Amino acid sequence: MIDEELVQLLTPEGERVENSEYQSTLNGDEIFGFYRDMVIIRRLCNESTSLQRQGQLALWAPIQGQEAAQIGAGRALAPMDFTFPTYREHGIAWCRGVPPEDMLRLFRAVSNGGWDPQKYRHSVPTVVLGTQTLHAVGYAMGIQRDGAEEAAMAFFGDGASSQGDVLEAFVWAASFNAPVVFFCQNNQWGISTPSTVQSKIPLYHRAHGFGFPGVRVDGNDVLAVYEVSKRALDSARVGGGPTLIEAYTYRIGAHTTSDDPTRYRIDAEVEVWKHRDPVERVKALLVREYKVKNADFDDVAAEADAMALKLREDVLAMSRPDPITMFDHAYAAPHPLIEEGRREMIDLGISGGEL
Amino acid sequence: MATTTMTMAKALNEGLRRAMEKNPKVLLMGEDIGRLGGVFRITDGLQKDFGEDRVVDTPLAESAIVGTAVGLAIRGYRAVCEIQFDGFVYPAFDQIVSQVAKLHKRSDGAYVMAMVIRIPFQGGIGAIEHHSESPEPYFAQTAGLRVVSPSTPNDAYWMIQQSIEHDDPIIFCEPKSRYWEKGEVDLETPPAGLFDALVRREGTDVTLVGYGASMKTALRAAETAAVEGMSIEVIDARSIAPLDIEVMAKSLEKTGRVVVVQESPHTASVGSEIISELTQRCFYSLKAPGLRVSGYHVPYPPTRIEEDYRPTVDRILDAVDRVMGFES
Repeated sequence: MIDEELVQLLTPEGERVENSEYQSTLNGDEIFGFYRDMVIIRRLCNESTSLQRQGQLALWAPIQGQEAAQIGAGRALAPMDFTFPTYREHGIAWCRGVPPEDMLRLFRAVSNGGWDPQKYRHSVPTVVLGTQTLHAVGYAMGIQRDGAEEAAMAFFGDGASSQGDVLEAFVWAASFNAPVVFFCQNNQWGISTPSTVQSKIPLYHRAHGFGFPGVRVDGNDVLAVYEVSKRALDSARVGGGPTLIEAYTYRIGAHTTSDDPTRYRIDAEVEVWKHRDPVERVKALLVREYKVKNADFDDVAAEADAMALKLREDVLAMSRPDPITMFDHAYAAPHPLIEEGRREMIDLGISGGEL
Repeated sequence: MATTTMTMAKALNEGLRRAMEKNPKVLLMGEDIGRLGGVFRITDGLQKDFGEDRVVDTPLAESAIVGTAVGLAIRGYRAVCEIQFDGFVYPAFDQIVSQVAKLHKRSDGAYVMAMVIRIPFQGGIGAIEHHSESPEPYFAQTAGLRVVSPSTPNDAYWMIQQSIEHDDPIIFCEPKSRYWEKGEVDLETPPAGLFDALVRREGTDVTLVGYGASMKTALRAAETAAVEGMSIEVIDARSIAPLDIEVMAKSLEKTGRVVVVQESPHTASVGSEIISELTQRCFYSLKAPGLRVSGYHVPYPPTRIEEDYRPTVDRILDAVDRVMGFES
């Protein structure tokens, strides 16, 4: 056991765990659905890493090891909730309905965003750490003023937990009792900086100092993450205020495809966490308790492969944008320097676009 | 014409009130702006009339004031953020330049970052350090932002309303040393568009451009110069980004000489941009190189000596003499 206060409903071997606070409410079909989500998102991640290695993406931020944290939280959301991600929330984006190819536009370097955040109620990726937590709190203040039963959910990591914006977001959420859930994926490493350097106490303990509840959940246990997230979101929607969830997990891969984790961490640590794999434990449960057959797992694998193939085709079809599109949406209203730039680009023959 | 006399502080207060009455999505956020009415009393009485949900007394964290305004904008609200003093805006710098300025682009237009960030700026009130700065060049350089500054109560009344109605984020620089000076306010008709420069005084020898608190000094310099037989045209830039360069160019084509007045240091400043643009457009009309009268390239000095840092009538007239005496 990592921590006696860790909420866990499923052991790494796929055995159910009794917990006095949380019970799983999921049926077999739902658990199988989560398994499918995790397999697909892992496949998406692996395909993206390959695409980067083949020179087709500028960068990729893998999530291997964190699938349960993201699918558990993502599936706990209601359609009208609004999520505020970092650049690594591919599993959340998947749950919000963002098409896989849209997730890769940023990494293909053809867009500064990639999807319509209002349509999917999933904000654009944020690369400056922690900034999105304040956006989530502000959005939650808007929910309060609208009198809506909705919640905002902010995602960040153990590294970002040291950012001033995150701590300011905690203060504001508490002061205004904002309907926001802070979801921290503690994947143990901020590039090469261990989480023990970010905090001398368990991260979820910080919430108490700000005046709201904090929970540490086994981030590799999708059943537990789902229940903990659902309760926090339900509470926020009806005036219960913020919650900090620390999903205790591990980044099996590199920080990004530009990183080399062998320089700063030992293989033995990675091996320990591979035994806590989030996908395998759910599969073990599905086999033992729900008698799911190999053919059903094979179907999911085939579906994931088909998704990856389509993703590859979609990415390769993303060509260099017309340079003149850089002027689009720089401002909402007409601006003389935008018109000047467009005109110059057309005059110089850089773009065949229209004014 | 319904005009009334009021201070710039009152004009801003009335402008905010009118914007809030017109649009229920407008809300104010800042430190001490509710019960106290703000350290300059710009929001005096508004919390009493509009409630704590629309005039929000915030914790003391500038990044959060702006960062939560982003979330409110995503939700369809229009926040007017008060930064208590110019020197306190820097904790919010990342939110302003990386989030507020870029999110419309990053969302391919799905997010409208409609908000106003009010900053009392420039010196002249004898304050202690970090209370007298001119941060506007930082923001003028950032694509995605617009920067404006009123110099009169009438402009303050109208420009704050126009800024709130605008769909791009506006950095609204208020010349705090002019807050308590009175002027006529026309309650029916705005003096100009938000991004229009205005000729404040007509003249034929030199074009003098400024904004904010420098306008009063510039107009005094023009009056003094008139006694000495020089005719100075004074232009209030009003919009710092984008610049209404056409109005300035038209004047320069007439006068052939330009001086820009500003309180910020002159390196990479608004004045640098104005002179560069004007030189490019009016090269063959120029009778002298353009000059800047600015703050010096030092941290804002202790305010017992600030009047030797800020542009004075004498320093402006010295620059006017230099452009008038230039032999081509």
